[in-house]
Amino acid sequence: MTSQTDIRTRLRAGLWIVNPGLVQLLGICPLLAVTTTLVNGLGLGIATLFVLTFSNMLVSATRHLIRPEIRIPMYVLIIASLVTCIELLFYAWFPGLGRTLGIFLPLIVTNCAIVARAEVYASKNPVGASIVDGFSMGAGFALLLCALGAFRELVGSGSLFSRFDMLFGGEPTDGLVLVDGGFLLAILPPGAFIALALAIAAKNALDRRRRVPHKGSTGMRINTPG
Amino acid sequence: MTHSNKASASKPAIWQGGVILAALAALCTALVAVTYRYTAPLIRANDQAYLEESLKPVLGGIKYESELSKSVLTMPAPHDLPGNEPAIVYRVYADGTPAAALFVVSARDGFTGPIKLLIGVRVDGSITAVRILQHKETPGLGDMIESSKSDWLQQFGAASLESPDRDSWAIKRDGGAFDQLTGASITPRAVIKAVKETLLYFESHRDSIFADSAGDGDERK
Repeated sequence: MTSQTDIRTRLRAGLWIVNPGLVQLLGICPLLAVTTTLVNGLGLGIATLFVLTFSNMLVSATRHLIRPEIRIPMYVLIIASLVTCIELLFYAWFPGLGRTLGIFLPLIVTNCAIVARAEVYASKNPVGASIVDGFSMGAGFALLLCALGAFRELVGSGSLFSRFDMLFGGEPTDGLVLVDGGFLLAILPPGAFIALALAIAAKNALDRRRRVPHKGSTGMRINTPG
Repeated sequence: MTHSNKASASKPAIWQGGVILAALAALCTALVAVTYRYTAPLIRANDQAYLEESLKPVLGGIKYESELSKSVLTMPAPHDLPGNEPAIVYRVYADGTPAAALFVVSARDGFTGPIKLLIGVRVDGSITAVRILQHKETPGLGDMIESSKSDWLQQFGAASLESPDRDSWAIKRDGGAFDQLTGASITPRAVIKAVKETLLYFESHRDSIFADSAGDGDERK
């Protein structure tokens, strides 16, 4: 059903062409709030990736049952229970990270990138393709979170990989300390906007140089509020 | 299963939709319930470890028995300890006898709002250590009370109402025995006052604090 090229197209779409954070600008509230360190970005990225993949899978598996008038409650049910499970698992397996991410873990429910994929893709496509789509969109979002986290931690605190023990166990670590202290603005809220703007600008510049045709192919352009 | 012929079967559609939604809700609830059953003991253990880890600095090396969270005394406001929030007392026992009490209180009169403190008091009335749990003091001035930013808090180590004597519980500028912080006097005053009030409370309520048997974890009115 899902051919090699299909998978590649979907991965390219999620990771780059219509990256949820860089192009669709969906879910940027958690994206801006938690990316003060690489480990925070990675943690929320993994959580979002899981929710997105499984919600796409479940929505696609139940797509023949979905009637137009009850589809939104169904998406909400599926996504909310998945997020609750992920939150519980985080508090069980990565308690330190769970405490740091705090409210942004349950708030994955409100990440419109997830409902958008359910509505636009998973409800109309077979399970396999939907899983690939959820994974690629989630990975695109997670990679952006990591990139912003790494950038802001590097500039703002002069370190990298600090507190990685929260995700991988072991003794509390300060990570790779390159400079003592950093440019504080980067880890303050304005730094988040600046870093995201730089990332978007960098992507556009790269696209222009490569002359990637920027056509909104079928089903990729989305009009979702928020 | 076409969605187009709504008009011909609108009643069954609503009915069916309800059934589908209910079934899905049951399924999702089951998923969450199973996850909860699996994670609940792990999460409880994590919270316990976190609590003990955060209380460690004020335990003063006392070898305690039983889980600290089981010997909690929660006193809803108003109480005679500093602060308008509920005060928490962890009672620490060693060899079956009271060894120390750890207080979570807040200093009311910080420069920018209350300062939440963790104060460890040995049964003889001397302090093991004081830690700041939460504050909003000015960065660079008042926040020097944090143990990670200066050693100002260390002067409370082993202090009691006898040394320095109870009239000298103030910063040096006010004729007391405690160092001040450059550029901030309101913050240290608030912390010293709260610690002193806690010691006074402990002095007069020592017996009633330890009166309940260990391990009850009861709430007090």
